[in-house]
Amino acid sequence: MTKRAQFDKVSLSFGTPKGRLNVVEDVSYDINDGDFIAVIGPSGCGKTTMMSMLAGFQKPTTGKVLFDGRPVAGPGPERGVIFQEYGVFPWLTVKQNIAFGLTLRANHVPAAEREAICDHYLGLMGLSDFANSYPKHLSGGMRQRLAIARAYAVKPQFLLMDEPFGALDAQTRSNMQNLLLKVLETEGKTVMLITHSVEEAIYLASRIVVVTARPARIREIIDVPFPYPRDESVQERPEFGELRSHIRQLVMDEYRAQQAQMRPVSFSE
Amino acid sequence: MNGAGLRRFGLGLIPWIGAILLWYAVRWSGFVNTSLIPAPHQVAAKFFELLTKEGLLIDIFASTRRVFLGVALGILVAVPVGFLLGWYRPARTFADPMINFFRALPPIALIPLVIVYFGVDELAKLVILFYASFFSGVIVMYEGVSQITPLYIRVAQTLGANQAEIFRKVIIPLTVPHILTALRVALGVAWATLVASELIAAQRGLGAMIQNASTYFLLDVIYVGIICIGLIALIMDLILRRITARLLVWQDRAIA
Repeated sequence: MTKRAQFDKVSLSFGTPKGRLNVVEDVSYDINDGDFIAVIGPSGCGKTTMMSMLAGFQKPTTGKVLFDGRPVAGPGPERGVIFQEYGVFPWLTVKQNIAFGLTLRANHVPAAEREAICDHYLGLMGLSDFANSYPKHLSGGMRQRLAIARAYAVKPQFLLMDEPFGALDAQTRSNMQNLLLKVLETEGKTVMLITHSVEEAIYLASRIVVVTARPARIREIIDVPFPYPRDESVQERPEFGELRSHIRQLVMDEYRAQQAQMRPVSFSE
Repeated sequence: MNGAGLRRFGLGLIPWIGAILLWYAVRWSGFVNTSLIPAPHQVAAKFFELLTKEGLLIDIFASTRRVFLGVALGILVAVPVGFLLGWYRPARTFADPMINFFRALPPIALIPLVIVYFGVDELAKLVILFYASFFSGVIVMYEGVSQITPLYIRVAQTLGANQAEIFRKVIIPLTVPHILTALRVALGVAWATLVASELIAAQRGLGAMIQNASTYFLLDVIYVGIICIGLIALIMDLILRRITARLLVWQDRAIA
């Protein structure tokens, strides 16, 4: 199996008025071709920063972040990013949003093919009826589907998703998870998903990286034993429940550690 | 015009009718000397007289052209300058105090200097109007541009956009709303400054007309001049709002 992305002894810290703040500390793991990695940990622990380094928005202070064997120098179309805030372009229609990446020089998509690619993803994401609408008319779930369609259209081999379904209601969220699994079946990709939902991580991922309270270190890496294609029946399996309580315990420990960090000393019990 | 449009038009008309009625009421109330307040119909009659015999259209044209040129030039410079200030934080730290210093100066206070340096011709008026529109426009531009969220630029980068593509396809569309707002603000300020600029020995123009009329105490002419300025400014603003609504259909707000 080829290594797609590697975190090699990666640390990241900021200089603040109160001294150095370590956000990520000595993190090493590989993401292989075809992996679906979920990174889970308490909020504010630095898991988004990890993704941000692989996306190319931030550079590690020490250590190396490699993609296809080369250090990440900046963002690029081979690493699609789905942002927590969606980031659909409000001044473009749904279809123009999907076409955006296709019109960029870096992606070399001939004008004749763009139409067909747009239509394919409009259909796949259930947005065909809204092709000419502006995002202001779309619901949160539809905006997120649009963001995914737009990222997919430029055919990245690798997808980075930062709590993509965090802002959605429970039903929409579970629909989006199923849609993501369905799409991955047909367009095999490597995925790194940042999430704070234990169920989401187990249901979607092939491997789960549990990170500690800030600074983010690796607490445990867990293989998820369910083969793809998966459907919701997976969630009824006893192994799912065992895995869930195990990971939930880890995350809760770290959450408490995080709370303790933030609490002033005089208030400690 | 459809039903809703008709109703909106009617609603917009009511305050005008109210203002005219109030005008008559003040005149007939006996509290003020009627010779100091010409009646609306007298002003209307004067308007047609000026229009047919005195070439009011030439004044309107002269003023509108000045405002138009002043705003066009002012905004033409304000857009790139405001953009740079909004985009590069160091540039703002560097230029902000100076811009606020000049912005605070009322254009009227500059008239004596403008006469000394630019004479009393068309150029002098243009300089005053340029000054007024540039400083009002540049503030709107840089406040707007500095609030553009980096998220869209990041998204474009992850899709493979290079610097030129980001500028053309992301930054320009995000800047257009601010340019339009700057234009609207500058237009308002420019009309307000017009009379001041035409105080500089202008031959024609609505400000000049008001200025000359005040010498001879022709109150009705002053009223005509004031109402013309207000109406033209209103029409220009309406046109600009139409253009804005057309260009910014994507914006999440209800306009006109």
